[in-house]
Amino acid sequence: MNWHEKSLSELSQAIFAKEVSSVELTQYFLKRISQYKGLNAYLDVQEELSLRDANFADELIAKGQAGPLTGIPVAHKDVFVTKDWKSTAASKILENYLSPFDARVVERLGIRGAGMVCLGKTNMDEFAMGSSNENSAYGPALNPWNTQYVSGGSSGGSAVAVAAGLAPIATGTDTGGSIRQPAAFCGITGIKPTYGSISRYGMIAYASSLDQAGPMGKSAADCGLMLNAICGHDQRDSTSLRREPDNYLRLLGKNWSETAQLPLQGLRIGVPEEYFAQGLQEEVGQAVRAALKQFEDLGATCIPVSLPKTKLSIPVYYVLAPAEASSNLSRYDGVRFGYRAKEYKDLTQMYERTRSEGFGAEVKRRILIGTYVLSQGYYDAYYLQAQKIRRIIAQDFQTAFTICDVLMGPVAPQVAWKVGEKSKDPVEMYLEDIYTLSPNLAGLPAMSIPCGMSTEGLPIGLQIIGNYFAEAQMIQIADHYQHVSSWHQLAPSSSVTSSGGSL
Amino acid sequence: MNIEEINHLAKLSGLELNPEQTKQISKELENILSLVDELQSVDTSGVEPLFHPIAVIEALQQALRPDEATEGNNRMSNMLSAPAVHEGLFLVPKVIE
Repeated sequence: MNWHEKSLSELSQAIFAKEVSSVELTQYFLKRISQYKGLNAYLDVQEELSLRDANFADELIAKGQAGPLTGIPVAHKDVFVTKDWKSTAASKILENYLSPFDARVVERLGIRGAGMVCLGKTNMDEFAMGSSNENSAYGPALNPWNTQYVSGGSSGGSAVAVAAGLAPIATGTDTGGSIRQPAAFCGITGIKPTYGSISRYGMIAYASSLDQAGPMGKSAADCGLMLNAICGHDQRDSTSLRREPDNYLRLLGKNWSETAQLPLQGLRIGVPEEYFAQGLQEEVGQAVRAALKQFEDLGATCIPVSLPKTKLSIPVYYVLAPAEASSNLSRYDGVRFGYRAKEYKDLTQMYERTRSEGFGAEVKRRILIGTYVLSQGYYDAYYLQAQKIRRIIAQDFQTAFTICDVLMGPVAPQVAWKVGEKSKDPVEMYLEDIYTLSPNLAGLPAMSIPCGMSTEGLPIGLQIIGNYFAEAQMIQIADHYQHVSSWHQLAPSSSVTSSGGSL
Repeated sequence: MNIEEINHLAKLSGLELNPEQTKQISKELENILSLVDELQSVDTSGVEPLFHPIAVIEALQQALRPDEATEGNNRMSNMLSAPAVHEGLFLVPKVIE
């Protein structure tokens, strides 16, 4: 049986029907992980620990205590701390780090929560800083559609794991596009929910006012199922919102308007003109427009809208995120955990050498930029000014949402690029984030779904941006599209997948 | 940005850069700063900074929890990944001469 092609609900049904046990499923995925090791999707795999969890899940199933996710394997981005697997955030400074506790997301999905079995920790850009996974201290996760191309970032390992069938679903985090862009590059579905929906407790911090966890899976329905298990208030995260938990699948299969004949009749899709401006690769634009046409065939209406400050989201983000990072990363000092330099003459030099040897180039750049924009004399001109423009960007979205229900456009200006192609020039890489940064700045939910393939055979993603707490509607809309399209069902050929690296 | 400024910035950031890195970083920071200088073109008079995104739609209340100890004394596991320990204490280089 090709279990890696199955949806979460199919896996769950198979488990309930005793067609497969959690141990068998776990062994199946562990075997694929070792078979496709060359993709570099995982940073830490501990087979015996996964099988321990799977055995426990099988006991729960036997006792009739199973839920919809019990026994299904899951991969966690290495930014979530785990007691049993190493947690490095793909940094040398946290090499071999073992956390004394599990992140809230890991705990909620885990064997004592939703009952899922952890397969291991996935590769990422160091401390989630990057758009190609090339900033990982352990080498990049490679795109399974063509291993000469990047997987996207920062949650590249999770995207590769799902796309290559090395996990049925995975967790990711998104600070400026880190779930949506790798999802688009690898042809999977990913959701960054409303800021504050999911606890950040145990998520290694990058930019706390932007960081948000989310699911990365094969379909909108699969992602919704995971969202149900991980959203909700947590008193250990002061930015986590106090709201009644939503059922993100409550609108699945329902028509947008009860009285309408077509599934999405009445839905108003805002199409921001700035998302189709110069710089958008033609093939990407064509695929996104074709998807919009399909939404119209489903009954939706497209309305041109404007998000005039879209271009400014890049400078705003590259002030705010490094500012927060420079503060968050001050904890890595070589005293309480992690790497410590071998040679130093005093305490100060121990700090400086530890950090200089432990952090990669991009992390150091962002710490320096962040320190600069927060320093006396520059704070008002950079940091405060960026926070003010952030409000304007958020208000522009609210203006757009007065005439439309959701926004749609591309996830990224182009498909995945070749490994090494953009790694020389940091600014060139930053410009690739243009369509994904604004929803983080505004705290809005946004998702990526596959909507086409380039002539080179690389996936193209469609971005859906909703208003605050509109995740259930976004999943409803995406699910309708995934019933009339098959892009999300395409899988990379195993011969290409296995050509990567050390097989 | 001149070499002196970069060295000062590195000091504030707790980083040590060799002369070659300093030169390289100086160029890169220049590029990044010219990218973010676009911020100055926007008139933001009368606009309040936005620190928590949800504040756009609803008034935020500082979330407080009951003042109770929830974590036990996990000294061993908390020190598990420390680079240098001695009898349950973190070891650091001499601080006072």
